[in-house]
Amino acid sequence: MQKKISNLPFKGTPEQEAALRRIIADNAHDKSRLMAVMQQAQDIYGYLPIEVQAIIAEGMGVPLEKVYGVSTFYAQFSLSQKGQYSISVCLGTACYVKGSGELFNRLQEILGIGADECTPDGRFSLSACRCIGACGLAPVLTVNDEVYGRLSVKDLDAILAKYN
Amino acid sequence: MDMVNLKINGIPVSVPKGSTILEAARAAGVEIPTLCYMKDINEIGACRICVVEATGARGLVTACVFPVAEGMEVQTNSQKVRNARRMTLEMILSTHEKKCLSCVRSTNCELQKLCLEYGVEETAFEGYRPHYEKDTSAPHLIRDNNKCILCRRCVAVCREQYVGVIGPNNRGIDTNIGCAFNQPLNATSCISCGQCTAVCPTGALVEKDDTDQVWAALNDRTKHVIVQTAPAVRATLGEAFGMPIGTNVEGKMVAALRRLGFERVFDTDFGADLTIVEEANELVERVKNNGTLPMITSCSPGWVKFAEYYYPELLPHLSSCKSPMQMTGAIIKTYYAEKMGWDPRDIVNVAVMPCTAKKFEIGRADQSAAGVPDMDIAITTRELSRMIARAGLRFASLPDEEFDSPLGEDTGAALIFGATGGVMEAALRTANDWISGKDCDKVDYTEVRGNASIKEALYTLGDLSIKVAVASGATAAKEVMDRIKNGTADWTFVEIMGCPGGCINGGGQPIQPQYIRDTVDVKSLRAKALYDADQASVLRKSHLSPAVTALYGHEKFFEAYGCHKAHEILHTSYTPRKKYSF
Repeated sequence: MQKKISNLPFKGTPEQEAALRRIIADNAHDKSRLMAVMQQAQDIYGYLPIEVQAIIAEGMGVPLEKVYGVSTFYAQFSLSQKGQYSISVCLGTACYVKGSGELFNRLQEILGIGADECTPDGRFSLSACRCIGACGLAPVLTVNDEVYGRLSVKDLDAILAKYN
Repeated sequence: MDMVNLKINGIPVSVPKGSTILEAARAAGVEIPTLCYMKDINEIGACRICVVEATGARGLVTACVFPVAEGMEVQTNSQKVRNARRMTLEMILSTHEKKCLSCVRSTNCELQKLCLEYGVEETAFEGYRPHYEKDTSAPHLIRDNNKCILCRRCVAVCREQYVGVIGPNNRGIDTNIGCAFNQPLNATSCISCGQCTAVCPTGALVEKDDTDQVWAALNDRTKHVIVQTAPAVRATLGEAFGMPIGTNVEGKMVAALRRLGFERVFDTDFGADLTIVEEANELVERVKNNGTLPMITSCSPGWVKFAEYYYPELLPHLSSCKSPMQMTGAIIKTYYAEKMGWDPRDIVNVAVMPCTAKKFEIGRADQSAAGVPDMDIAITTRELSRMIARAGLRFASLPDEEFDSPLGEDTGAALIFGATGGVMEAALRTANDWISGKDCDKVDYTEVRGNASIKEALYTLGDLSIKVAVASGATAAKEVMDRIKNGTADWTFVEIMGCPGGCINGGGQPIQPQYIRDTVDVKSLRAKALYDADQASVLRKSHLSPAVTALYGHEKFFEAYGCHKAHEILHTSYTPRKKYSF
């Protein structure tokens, strides 16, 4: 699967950019710190859109394509915006055999977005993850740091309602 | 130097410590197949076609990166090795679109050659196979990832050219070579140098073929179809027909073009000589009037595009002279059209160039001296070789013919434009004569010749001492520009070419397989053909070109060098470009 690229407009603030530029200034002397800079940039913005990657490329003195190549190689980097509420459905083996695939599909229908996408209002984003170590509660999903277990598709509306 | 003794297929060989098995094998006269390896540029051991058996190593090792050891015994051709290579080829083929019949790289594809050698045609591996849309967005090349084998040679040369606009994206089976954020190539800061097309082992990166447009023009009886050829083309075209590297085929090339049906066969050398008189005049003006110095040449469209993307604030350093191709095109559609009584709109100007960036250059703004674009079609040396083949011309048996007059007349100074340092040397020859006010004996400026990426020299011309620099390849260009930017440069005149070695190593030149590029100094052999021709020329200074002197003299087309009309027809302007699109 190729990484999803956000098609929502970039909404970075001057404060975020100033923070990013400080991080770059601390690391620009050593190109091998590219990944560390990218991780911190993702902490600031939640994802790494082209606007952010271009600042990193210029600041670190590497081609934009190199930054992009790194961002698509490692699973930890995201190219799509995280919502205010980031929903993550476990598709690990235990959750999957307990029906988490259906949860994932149903959430896509309800929210009108695909995997690794964000709703246009910026409220919800959806992604799949591998085992979160709560197999006893399978199938499991998380919304930000809240964990919901032993779910079926009929529970989903109630969970989403808590965040609306 | 510490030497290491080992045996390759039983042949004893002694090589410097730190050598790879591949280097040792080449020293022993044994060729090991490679796909991803490019000497000094891409040594990553990724494709695994070069695997060999070596004592002291576990399993098979990649010869291109595995260092030799004392007493090592290497088998490059055992059954185990052959089986492994077959397996690798089958795996490569499992995602390769095998449309070999019409692929322009058929017969000079390095993958095809290996498949033939190893008897591999089908793959045993079926399953998920990513499909990619072709990227046809750029004017100069087509990227077809369905033919890509992920060797990363293109990535290496693109980074070697500093721009690095293509690279490996995603991972596993989805790994593909592309631009950041999957943008099309024309949305990036690609400088159109085409070096990637010259090193791709397959047909994944090829020049955009414009020969159909040329054939159509040749079939149109209402048009005057005129061709011109760059200095460097005559030094390489023969390679496409199996001739040794460095064979000068000027006469046969002219004969072939005439047989293809071009109404006039002119020489870009004419434009090169014209460039020199206009550029030397511009330099003198800048020196006299405290203009922006150093002045930098503007012949190479890859370099010009590089400057527009990466150093937009330094564009005033570029000479305003159009490139020799554009100057020749402009003169054909103004002076020559007038002379012949032709409507410039009925002229189709075709150029044969060593260069893919020329396909971009012909569409540039401010290049329409006669109200229509100066140039209509630019094809590469490779495309011309395919036209010659399709026309059924037996190139090697063609007679030697001469260019048409008057725009086929040239000097030795124009010929050497095709090699790095050539424009500088040509300019120095003219500047020296002008400043000294006489026909000086000195014509050879050897300090600016050769393949070093940056060359500097100090010359005394008449009573003036000037420092000059010559750079080829975009990384060298960056170094030179950084020095100009931070004020540590004291040059008066700088020549920059976008491709390493200059036009003789342009992105549109005939394909030489990588093992040849690794083991033969292709650039020097090609350049020698041009320097030899210069040496043999009667006229070796641009300002003595009869075609050029006529324009400013008895033909009275221009009043003087750098006159208003010359500016209208022969000079141009540049545009700052944004590196990123969002």
